[in-house]
Order: sequence, then structure tokens, then C-alpha cells
Amino acid sequence: MEEYFHSVVLDKDRCNGCTNCMRRCPTEAIRVRDKKAIIIKERCIDCGECIRVCPYHAQQTQLDTLDKLKKYKYKIAISPMTMYGQFNLDKDMNKVFKGIKMLGFDEVFDEGYAADIITLIIRENLKNNQQPKPLISSLCPAVLRLIQIRFPSLIDNIIRIESPMELAARLARKNAMERYGLKSDEIGIFYITQCPAKVTSIKNPIGIKNSHVDGAISIKQIYGDIVKNSNTVEKIEAFRTASTYGIDWARAGGQSKSIGVDNYIAVDGIDNVIKVLEEIELGKLNNIEYFEGLACVGGCVGGPLCVENPFIAKSRIRRLAEKRNDEIKVSREYAIELYDSGFACWTEKIQSKGAMKLDENIVEAIKKIEEIKKLTSLLPGLDCGSCGAPSCRALAEDIVRGYSKIEDCIFKD
Amino acid sequence: MNEKNSIKLEYEILQNDFTRAGEASSNIKKILKQLGIEAKIVRKVAIATYEAEMNIVIHSYGGIIKVIITEQYIDIYAIDKGPGIKDIELAMKEGYSTAPNHIRELGFGAGMGLPNMKRCSDEFNIESTPNGKTEVYMRIYISK
Repeated sequence: MEEYFHSVVLDKDRCNGCTNCMRRCPTEAIRVRDKKAIIIKERCIDCGECIRVCPYHAQQTQLDTLDKLKKYKYKIAISPMTMYGQFNLDKDMNKVFKGIKMLGFDEVFDEGYAADIITLIIRENLKNNQQPKPLISSLCPAVLRLIQIRFPSLIDNIIRIESPMELAARLARKNAMERYGLKSDEIGIFYITQCPAKVTSIKNPIGIKNSHVDGAISIKQIYGDIVKNSNTVEKIEAFRTASTYGIDWARAGGQSKSIGVDNYIAVDGIDNVIKVLEEIELGKLNNIEYFEGLACVGGCVGGPLCVENPFIAKSRIRRLAEKRNDEIKVSREYAIELYDSGFACWTEKIQSKGAMKLDENIVEAIKKIEEIKKLTSLLPGLDCGSCGAPSCRALAEDIVRGYSKIEDCIFKD
Repeated sequence: MNEKNSIKLEYEILQNDFTRAGEASSNIKKILKQLGIEAKIVRKVAIATYEAEMNIVIHSYGGIIKVIITEQYIDIYAIDKGPGIKDIELAMKEGYSTAPNHIRELGFGAGMGLPNMKRCSDEFNIESTPNGKTEVYMRIYISK
């Protein structure tokens, strides 16, 4: 079961089988059966496109509530880089962080601080990286799962360095244990999230055995309370630890800029990412050094669990970052130490997932391809979606896989 | 070889059609993934067919890419009509290219096409008649 845990789930009562999500899904993971959408678990990459397009809000993310905080003695919230884009620039972010703390946390950790450290680590890593080019950023878990499922030949290109969320959680836990003499299980770490794919990564991480994050609460869930709380703050504490380099990771291209690579491509929007990964796989982009692929339009600021409009949030991050009126506060030596000791690196191999495979036996698979070709020529090619599959070819595949029958096509008699 | 247990694919490639170039290789790649063929092999076939496709687009008057997939190997034929290759030995050298400037400006014509195709395949053959047919044959084994 654990293997296919997904944060994206369907609320059957709300779904009326409209096919919007099915048509939008980049991995053809959704079908409509008996007027309800179903998600094919092996294919879902938790990109959240279905959540975004569902007019009935039937596609949702499995999240925790603040109730879960009670389980822990010491509670830490990790505030994401995207938080900086959710408020007007004249808003004091220390008040925002305090507003988060007032929800019942003992501490708020700025994820952008971890992004600062990873910025330094990647700068170091690029100097003698021997992996095939272009290197692929490990930031976006939806893109990583997309690669596992659709582009396994590019797994070796993924840079084996942790994402800011995971490093933030590890650092926060270590600090709390050292500072207060707490046991690991007394500490509860909650990621405030813009992203369903990050939620999946907590239960089912990529590149490591177990995540240090214990729960996830969306920005949407607590936004109103943060606003209310932050307006009552009088005594300001200094929570913000991120530099503009780390904060810049919240928008597409910001990561590459912070790292300081010149020869990079930053692509946002899952369909665009797919197109460029196709080109990388054909060997067309071997001369590019770094590929930053982000599933959401605008980058993480476009995450479906954000409140602010992605373009407004992106513009705020840009204005903040372009000032570059600060430097990363962490020392290079400290970052290198975290890198050399493996503290900020992946330990596990990234597995390819043959979710597109038609059969374990190649001879059988060949026969099935031939059948699909035949069936596709019999279908009208309208891709109308009425059969409950996203295209005529997908229906042909479903028939061959034994999930549908040709009579499902409303144009066939 | 049992004819029944093979897939035949054929794609028409048009001269100078850069917008559609890559379609055939992407399509072939998708089918190989559905067959569950190992990622490394898929990438080799993808690169080999893409380079072949581009060669036809750039250098010929048009042609076809034919692919035959069996349980043991993948055969790729790139056949075109055009000016042909005068000196095959020279054309196989890395960095040698006859692509005109306007093609190089598009980022193609670096003289790596044929060498790349050869590097990706386990068996490779090229035949060309001046002002006639050029045929490249490549075989990539699925399992050795």
C-alpha cells in the first residue's frame, strides 16, 4: 500500500464525472467510470493539475489538521519559501511567522534558510559533477515522479541533493534535540505547504528512506488565521533567516539564478516540462548545464494549495530577489560540511516505475501494441472523453489491458 | 524470426520540416516504453532515430524511417532520396558537416549526426548513391 500512497484523493460525493480532470492529467492517470473519476495510482505523480481544474472541488489533498500538533511535546512549523509571495511586500514577514507560531507551534523554521544552504552546496557540487548533462534539479517532487514513470532514462541526470523542505526538517529536528535535550519522537515537524506532491513526499519520499517531516498543513487551511494573528502581533521576534537567494527558489528560474549557473533552462507548467524532457531524452540538450523543471506555472508560487494568485506571488518574489541587497548568512564551510557528511544528500537509488508497460512479457507486449494499433484505427479519433478515457488511443490501451470494451465508445454500434 | 511477434512502424519524413522533426522518434520512444524495454536501450533508439530523422530533414528531398521491433532487437532503416553522400568515410568523421549556414544557425549540422547514430547502434551500415538513394541501417539489441 505504502508504495502508492498519494496525497491527491477524490471526494466521490462532489464528483459528477465531468471529465475535466481526466483531460488535463499529464500522465493519463484518470478515468471516469460510472460517472465518477478514478485515479490510477501507479500513474499519479501528485502534480495537482486535477485539483486546480476541478470545478466541483472534488479533487483534494490529504492533509493534517492542527489537531495533530497535540501528539507532540515540541512542535515546529516549516514555513515555505512561497509564503513570502502570499503577502504584500510591505508586510513584515516576522509578523507572518509569528502568526504561524500562534497557531500552536513552539518554533517556526524558515525553509528559505535551507534553500540558502542547498544553493551553496549545489554551487560546490557543480564544480566537479560527473553526472550526465543537463543536471536535473531535485526540487519538484512531481517532476521527479514524472521522470520515474515516463523518463526513466533521465534518472541518472537528477542531482542527488536534498530538497529545502527535507533539509529544513532535519536541521530543525537536530537543533531542537541539541538545544532542549528532546527525544526525536517528542518533536513534531509540520510543513506548511503549497504543494500536494510535497505531501506525498512526506509519507513516500524520493531518494531517502524516511522523511523528517511528520505532517503537512496547507497554506490555504491556515491563511485566514495567519492574517488575523499577524495583525495582533506587537512584540516582533526575528524569525526570518532566509536570504533573497533562498527565497528566490519559490519562483521558476530563481533557483538557477541563485546557484549562479548561466547555461540553464527553467521550465514551468507540467506540460512544458514534459516537452523539454522529451528533448533531453532525444539528446538535443546535452550542451545545457542545469535543468530546472517545475510542475506548476510560475514555479512553487503556482502550487494549488497557495492562496495568492501565482503571477502576483511570482512578481513579489522577483522584486524581493532582484534587490539582492543581502548575502547568504550561512558559511560556505558549514554548507560543505553538511554536503560531505551526507546530511544534505540522498541515500537511496531512484527507481524507475514501469507504469506505462503493457505486459511483463515482451512477446505479449508486442501483441498488445499491434492490437492497440488496430483498435485505434477503428475508433473515431475525436478524443471526446465520453467513454471515460482521455483519448481514443487511451481507450484502445484500456481495452487491451482489459479495463474497457469497444462498446464504451458512444460512436461505435 | 516469427513475423507475428514483431511491430513494424513507418514514418514519412519531409524535407525542411523542422516543426515536425522529432515526432517519429518520440512516437517510437513511447512504444518502446510500453513494451517495457530498458531505459538505456530506449535512449539509444531515441537518439539514433532522432539523428536519422534530422539528417533526412536537413540533407535530403524527403524519406522514411522504418522501425521493426522484435523481442530480441530493434532494426531502424532511414531511407531517403537526395543528393547522396559523396564521401561516406568523411561523413562518418565527428565534426564533419555539409550543412549550410542557415541550418547551423538553427543549432543543427554540427557534424555529429552519423557518428552519434553509429555510437548508439550495435550494427550499422550506410549506403549511398550520388543523386539517388541513401540508406542507413541500424540494429540495436534489446538483450545480448
